[in-house]
Amino acid sequence: MLTVEERHEIEEELKRYPDRHAVTIDALKIVQRRRGWVTDEALRDVADFLGVSAHDLDGVATFYNLIYRQPVGRHVILVCDSVSCWIRRYDRIREALGTRLGIGFGETTSDGRFTMLPIVCLGACDHAPVLMIDQDLHRDVTPDGVEEILAKYD
Amino acid sequence: MPTLDKPLTRNVRADGAPVDIAAYERADGYQAVRKALTMAPGDIINLMKQANLRGRGGAGFNTGLKWSFVPMGPDAPTPKYVVCNADEMEPGTFKDRLLLESDPHQLIEGMIIAALAIEATTGYIFLRWEYREAAARIYRALAEAYARGYLGRRVAGSDHAFDLHLHVSGGRYMCGEETGLLNALEGRRANPRTKPPYPQVAGLWGKPTVVNNVETLCNVPHIVLRGADWFKSLSYTADGGTKLYGASGSVRRPGLWELPMGTTVRELLEEHAGGMPDGLKFRGLLPGGASTEFLVEEHLDVRMDFTDVPKAGSRLGTGTMIVLDDRTCPVGMLWNLEHFFAQESCGWCTPCWSGLAWVEQLLARMEEGGGQPGDLEKMEFQTHFLGPGHTFCALAPGAAEPLTSALKYFREDFERHIREHRCPYH
Ligand SMILES: Cc1cc2nc3c(=O)[nH]c(=O)nc-3n(C[C@H](O)[C@H](O)[C@H](O)COP(=O)(O)O)c2cc1C
Ligand code: SF4
Ligand code: FES
Repeated sequence: MLTVEERHEIEEELKRYPDRHAVTIDALKIVQRRRGWVTDEALRDVADFLGVSAHDLDGVATFYNLIYRQPVGRHVILVCDSVSCWIRRYDRIREALGTRLGIGFGETTSDGRFTMLPIVCLGACDHAPVLMIDQDLHRDVTPDGVEEILAKYD
Repeated sequence: MPTLDKPLTRNVRADGAPVDIAAYERADGYQAVRKALTMAPGDIINLMKQANLRGRGGAGFNTGLKWSFVPMGPDAPTPKYVVCNADEMEPGTFKDRLLLESDPHQLIEGMIIAALAIEATTGYIFLRWEYREAAARIYRALAEAYARGYLGRRVAGSDHAFDLHLHVSGGRYMCGEETGLLNALEGRRANPRTKPPYPQVAGLWGKPTVVNNVETLCNVPHIVLRGADWFKSLSYTADGGTKLYGASGSVRRPGLWELPMGTTVRELLEEHAGGMPDGLKFRGLLPGGASTEFLVEEHLDVRMDFTDVPKAGSRLGTGTMIVLDDRTCPVGMLWNLEHFFAQESCGWCTPCWSGLAWVEQLLARMEEGGGQPGDLEKMEFQTHFLGPGHTFCALAPGAAEPLTSALKYFREDFERHIREHRCPYH
């Protein structure tokens, strides 16, 4: 079941578009923001609410990189693996995170605190290497600086 | 010499904070909307043509010409739409972020004028999710513009209505392709659409739609206020205006600079980006994002505009260059680039999804020491089918560009990987 708040938020989005199908992505993000990821049940509820088929909606959900159809940790670390960060040795950041947290790309720490994922160019290439944790952009990241960044997220 | 004026970044503050509507208005903000309201739509379009404003999203299409394809008059289908492409996912590109974060009203004003020019009543800003700060600032600026009456039922007290909304994407490179973007706005997968019909005739929900890049739209108010001749005087070349250039990768001072259109590669690299970092030599660069062809030493005096870069075999693209040094492996760089394109391919056409997967595997194997004689020929064969005319959209030709040129300029590096069964840079 969608909560009252979720329905309300989706209704607000509907005002900005001429038809219900247009808000599929917004609706999935609304659900994901509250629950961390989009379960099969949530997917069906959103589909029913918008009057689209669940199959169609899953096609949309799986197309977009930032809609998670699998559980993720409390915080999601998005590490830029695109070309300018690659030139500026993003691999060292990835290794430092891996050593510190014991996870690689696509994995979640056993305490459920972090999931680490690759992300395409974050549009901050003049400050490479960069990463995002939740809503925050971290620029000019160094392997030694990783510890201090992680400490902000519990 | 061009007029030294920096219209796009004039309001950018050193502390990075955005200008609010009061500060924007003090700097002549929204005066261009008032002026555009006194002009006929056709005159606004002609002004853009005269200024030779070319699209800053990468393809360089003439903006006035693009707008002129929209059906006009009482029999034209309605509602019409103006859409701003703020997806900015081209690797190595970070210019629109600055405009969105530092001066959102400049974009809003440009969109209002575009709407007046094509008689559109609704607009969307299509923004990638990761631009969180930009999203917050755009929401605030939209609320301010509604409160001050620039948006809504009566634009600046006129009889024109214009509603503008922010759409935050779910994330995929294909959303930046203009017809993929329209599908994404309709809540579908961002596969591209067949053209024709072009979006100007049948776009969003089948209605006439213009899609423009952030930087393109940000130029519009200045052209309306100060004229086509002034705009042309900003440039070294026939392509009007300034350009927001950038450099990242191996340079001493990565950054963004608004400079006359047609500034040379050398000036950008040596003066603005401070040259190469200590101990590293210049090897080559991609002039405008991941999907452009390499330029090398012999091209340093090329003017960065839509006319000269093609003569050197590449494209201006987004104008934000990615610099490669002599200690970084070109094969490794190509692997990284083709991994991106293979991952972001939408899977619609075979030469793209299957060709890119194959190219990526060949590059991965080569970088890890398993390259085989004949691999370069296999890649060349693939670049042919990835090239223009074999696929539905420009992602595949874009993916072929860095590869074709790397095989030309860095061929010896590829051959050494195969000969020595290892990466010589490790
Ligand atoms: C795969 C792909 C991704 C693109 N991404 C962007 C983008 O993020 N931003 C953009 O403005 N244009 C992008 N473009 C170009 C757009 O299709 C379109 O040409 C542009 O938005 C038109 O605006 P302009 O005429 O103002 O340049 C992309 C094109 C392709 C093929
Ligand atoms: S070229 Fe690639 S990205 Fe473009 S439509 Fe074809 S498969 Fe999709
Ligand atoms: S390549 Fe990492 S932010 Fe652009």
